[in-house]
This record gives sequence, C-alpha cells and structure tokens, in this order.
Amino acid sequence: MGKAKVHRTSPSLDMTPMVDLGFLLVTFFMLTATAAPDEPVAVDMPSSVSEIKMPETDILLITVADDGKVFFNMDGKYNRQELLKSMGERYNVQFSDEEVARFAVMSTFGLPIGQLKEFINLAPDERKKVNQPGVPVDSLNNQLKDWIIFSRMANPKLRIAIKGDSDTNYPVVEKVINTLIDNKVNRFNLITNMERNPS
Amino acid sequence: MAEVSQGGGGGGHKKGGKVRAKKASTKIDMTPMVDLAFLLLTFFMLTTTFNKPQTMEITMPEKPKPEDKLPEVNEKKVVTLVLGKNDKIYWYHGITDPKIEVTDFSANGIRKVLMTQNSQIPGMILLIKPSEESRYKNMVDILDEMNITNMQRYALVPITPTDKELIKESNL
Repeated sequence: MGKAKVHRTSPSLDMTPMVDLGFLLVTFFMLTATAAPDEPVAVDMPSSVSEIKMPETDILLITVADDGKVFFNMDGKYNRQELLKSMGERYNVQFSDEEVARFAVMSTFGLPIGQLKEFINLAPDERKKVNQPGVPVDSLNNQLKDWIIFSRMANPKLRIAIKGDSDTNYPVVEKVINTLIDNKVNRFNLITNMERNPS
Repeated sequence: MAEVSQGGGGGGHKKGGKVRAKKASTKIDMTPMVDLAFLLLTFFMLTTTFNKPQTMEITMPEKPKPEDKLPEVNEKKVVTLVLGKNDKIYWYHGITDPKIEVTDFSANGIRKVLMTQNSQIPGMILLIKPSEESRYKNMVDILDEMNITNMQRYALVPITPTDKELIKESNL
C-alpha cells in the first residue's frame, strides 16, 4: 500500500515584507532619535497636570539639584560663544578662541566662573568625574544673575526654564526665582513630569 | 532572468558542444544584514523617549517700585496657605485672629479646602507662603492644585515671621 504523502511546502518563507518594515522602523527611529545630553546631576522632577510642551530651542535651563546646587545650560552654539566672551569680560577671565569653541558644544555645568576655564580644558569624559559645586547664587556673589543677563543679550528670544528636584529645599528655589524676578524675567517655565488630571 | 553569469570558468562541455556559462545564484544570504537591522531597531526603540517634558508656565508679578502704591484688599477675602515641612499645608482665613487648620496634598485635603472656601468667599485671594522647610515639590504641587481647582487669584509670597509664629503656636 502506498502511503498517503503529506504535501510538503518549502520551510523558507518570504521575509521581504518583514525586512522592509524592519528597515522602515530603523530609519524612523534613527531619524527621530536625539542623543540625550549628559547631565552632571540626576534630577527627579515633580509632576503636574500641566500639558504645555517644552519648546525645543531657545532654552535657558536652570537645574536645581536636591542638594541645592544650581546648574546652568543654554542652547545655541553661537549664542554660547557670545555668552562666554561677555562673561569673561565681566569677570576678567580670559578665554582663548579654542576654549570658547569648546564651551559652545558643552552641556550643563555648575561652576563658579573662576573654575570654568579649567573645566573647559578637561577631556569630555574627565568632566563627568568632576564634582561640580554649582553656580553661585548668593546675594553677595550672584553669578547666575550675570549668566542670565548675558544669555538674554546673546539670544533675546530665550525662554527660561527651571528644572528642580522634588526634594530641593524651597529657599534655594526661592533664590533662583528672586534672581529671575530681579532681572525682570517674570515669566518662566517649571519643568515637570506628566500626571493625569484628576478632575 | 536577473542572473549574473560568471565568466565561463569551469563550465564543462555539454552534449551540444556549446560552452555554457555556469550560472551562479544571485541570491545572497541576507541574514546578517537583517540581524543587524533588527539589532539597531531594538536599540533605537529602547533608547527613544517620546514624551517631551511638560512645563508649567508661571508668571510672577513685577517687583513693585518704591513709589508704587500697593493695592489694598479686604482681609475677609484672603486665604493664606503656608507650606510646611513633611508635606503639610497650614491654612487660615483672614488676617486678624486667624484660626489655623492643617491639611495635606491629597485630593480630600487641600483640594476640598480650596473648593469649599472658593464657594464661600466671593473673590477669594490666595496667598501661598512656602516656608523654609518646604520642598520644591510642595510649591509645584500647590501651583498645580491652583490649576486643577481653577483658582483665579493667587500669589506666591515670602513667608513672614508672623506666619511662623502662628504655626508654632498652633502646634499642629
């Protein structure tokens, strides 16, 4: 008796559509990905129901860490160059053209201007190891004020955002806010995580 | 068909005596490429964050100039919220001889207080006074609460020694 033969299909199936889709997704994610800037401190933001999205450019970001250190960042390569030059003039610190160029591509920092030159000259991976003391915001030596003034001169469209840690003590935040108000920055943004609106 | 003939090498003589080019398959093994593609896909999918941070926009009043006359308000309309330590909120209505009560940031706490006070006091003005012991989170939460309960008139003001005394006396 002849056995009933099972009709065998080829085990290799056409994977072309799957690969097409795979590449489409790869392209999509590669193009939309933005490298996360390395932050010197981890900040755990409080949450709010606000749904205003953060604008992408022209941001001056003031980070307040939970230990009360204040960090500064501004975007825009050319604006940063201008900012460092004017800050150098204000505090009589000479920055060479190379240092200015290196500063332009740096991210957040939290240093008094006196230590900034040394910091700029470090290699990028060495910078991460530096324990940054924070930008001084005391009433006697308020360097944050000058950073804000000169940033706004470099880029008048600048929006100011405060990214604070949930556990920061209020007096530090108050100092930062008062610095802003003293410079006639009455409108600013507080960066928060999203939370569902209970109502 | 779309097959590339490989130049005559090795093709043996067939029956017809014709030199036939050996036909190599054009199908290349795409497995490594696909592997890599999916590796990249996984990497980018896992590292991408879609949610851009939200922001809360606040507008502070301008610093009053010394010659400016400050507006006067009826103390009956004023409700003061003092943000204390350990996520507590002390609140009182009016200025003279206030009755201090304590509440927290939960939905049944400050939100209820705000709702009831708002319905009782027409044109309520809220003064938010974060104390030195309060944290940034408290400030953001209370401003958020203002948005949720749709309060129209509120201000963030520095705490006064009187407020500190009141809270100390209340022992709450």
